[in-house]
Amino acid sequence: MPSWLHQLIDALVTGVAQGAMIALVALGYSMVYGVLKLINFAHSEVFMLSAYLGLFAIMALGGEAHPFLAGVGGTLLAMFAAAIIGMTVERIGYRPLRKKGKGPLARVTPLVTALGVSVFLQNLAQLLFTAAPKPYPQLIPAGSSVALGSFHLAKSRLIIFVAAIVVMLLLNWIVKKTWFGKAMRALSSNEEAARLMGINTSRVISTTFALGSGLAALGAVLFCLDQSQATPTMGTKIGTYAFVAAVLGGIGNITGALLGGLLIGVLGEMLKLTSYSGGVEVIVFLVLIAVLLWRPAGLLGSTRAEKV
Amino acid sequence: MSLSRRLFISATVVTALAIASGTGCKSKSDEIVVGAYLSLSGPDSTFGTDTREGVELALEEVNAAGGIKGKKVKVLYEDDKSTTQEATNKVQQLIDRDGAVAILGEVASSRSMAGGLVCNKKKVPMVTPSSTAVEVTKGRDYVFRVCFTDAQQGDVAARFVHDTLKKTKVAVLYVAQDTYSSGLAETFKASFTKLGGQIVVDKGYPKGETNFTTFLNDIKAQNPESIFVPVYYNDMVQIARQAKGAGIEGSAFVGGDGWDSSNLIEGAGDLLEGAYFTNHYAPDVPWQNSQTFVASFKKKTGHDPSSLSAQGYDAAKLLFDAMGRASEVTPQKIQEALAATKDFAGATGTLTIDKDHNANKPIVVVQVKNKKFAYSTQLLSQ
Repeated sequence: MPSWLHQLIDALVTGVAQGAMIALVALGYSMVYGVLKLINFAHSEVFMLSAYLGLFAIMALGGEAHPFLAGVGGTLLAMFAAAIIGMTVERIGYRPLRKKGKGPLARVTPLVTALGVSVFLQNLAQLLFTAAPKPYPQLIPAGSSVALGSFHLAKSRLIIFVAAIVVMLLLNWIVKKTWFGKAMRALSSNEEAARLMGINTSRVISTTFALGSGLAALGAVLFCLDQSQATPTMGTKIGTYAFVAAVLGGIGNITGALLGGLLIGVLGEMLKLTSYSGGVEVIVFLVLIAVLLWRPAGLLGSTRAEKV
Repeated sequence: MSLSRRLFISATVVTALAIASGTGCKSKSDEIVVGAYLSLSGPDSTFGTDTREGVELALEEVNAAGGIKGKKVKVLYEDDKSTTQEATNKVQQLIDRDGAVAILGEVASSRSMAGGLVCNKKKVPMVTPSSTAVEVTKGRDYVFRVCFTDAQQGDVAARFVHDTLKKTKVAVLYVAQDTYSSGLAETFKASFTKLGGQIVVDKGYPKGETNFTTFLNDIKAQNPESIFVPVYYNDMVQIARQAKGAGIEGSAFVGGDGWDSSNLIEGAGDLLEGAYFTNHYAPDVPWQNSQTFVASFKKKTGHDPSSLSAQGYDAAKLLFDAMGRASEVTPQKIQEALAATKDFAGATGTLTIDKDHNANKPIVVVQVKNKKFAYSTQLLSQ
């Protein structure tokens, strides 16, 4: 096999894993938008906080001494804690506004609050954890890989991809088949009517935030285990990409978030092979604009009412 | 509360504050006021706090020795919150409100450029401890530095890789949108090709990138003998970890002073065993002044000084030295004394201020050895 083809496939694999991770975060934006028509800018900071929580949980469970227990246990603990943070943010930041505001500004006020919560959480993290990056323990040893023919697929990439797919299938099942999913979709199409039909809308919204935040936490821990260290500003970049992925795929649409994430991930990695590697962001955003001009609702977005 | 009453109270408070700041901060006749603007909070807060520790030690020493011309020196610190806008504001405040005769700061070149612009306009001398971008002092009569420039550093790194390590095929990986990183990469590439070396891979990456696998696979495919990565330490931790995955030896990496942090050792010390980087200083550098500085710093703070602390110390020391040499303690005379600095013995080497107000001094090469930074060699900038 020629080396350029080898490199191309390598980049593709990396891009798919990167994209799957972006998709995990994108789902949170998408689901909240689906039920509330709110862009939850604080989501990227929940992602950042869960990276720290995951780090502390992993260290408490033994870190590199017990990689499997610490990895799985730490991830679950971080997801649980993130779910609580997400619900708290909704409870304190958005619910009171939703109860009060029915006027013409009902959409704008929560948006501003979301920005405020985001700035607050980022600065809080800087105070609590300092600005210095905290390196993650290497639970998946660097360089360990699974041979696939002549390819060596990094284990961490494989884990990310499998975890993302499993979680997304699970989510799809929740939204399509369970009572909660039905309630969520009902809420999305008409909040007033859903309430009249006996759905506890506050509880459904709370659960949506918990679910989205839990997914972001999974993304955060996988992200850090694969390539990173936790920093108070890490949410901004991945949050922007995830938000773009959600919009690109059609905000409110779960499959769309996955598609958008994969597209951005793969596109980014492919560009790194060219001499335009420094301008990845420029090109990613150009693609976003082009797609939106062509399909204003995103790739899989519909202009119909139901969006979850 | 009625409006008039509210107005009255706020007017009183404002007046009180004005009086307090007027009497509290204006330089008293028995004190010399020096202003320092640093990033004491925000993403670069360690830059500011490390530098302040060095300045504090220099201040303690000068006042213990009786001050300057019989007067005690006072340093007023202002926090620019790691932003350029605040840097401009704080420097203006320090000069106009507090009457500082000289200014110390900043670490990041972008903020030193902003603060330097104000100092130059108001004709108050400024000494930056650690801003390496060439533009910081260019065409600014009142701005000085005690560190080397990116141009000097990139050139020394190229000569070190080519002449000392004897490598001729090199890959370069840097942050495309960062002045420091891309500037260093540019001068390295220019000097290295001039020496007869070959750049086989030349990759810039966007700021904030965390996934380097594709770049590293690309570099690995070209099989370079050495990889020059002039980036900050947090990026380097990630690059080192992912390089192992791509099958690249950590010892192949060469970096710049952006690597200098205990976080690099903590996050990737074992992976980078044998790697080199150019720096201002190393804790075990065999210079008398450095060793004295390290000892007194440790006694005062209880930990090893970072290079930023050493440079903060040198910047303050040089400024105090120039104040002592100046015929009178006015901004104009201090500026003249600073410009005339020759063979000043600092903790980061003996330096002479050249006509562009840059410091000519030896550049240290540090090696990562047994999860520690160890002095390797020194090269003179040309």
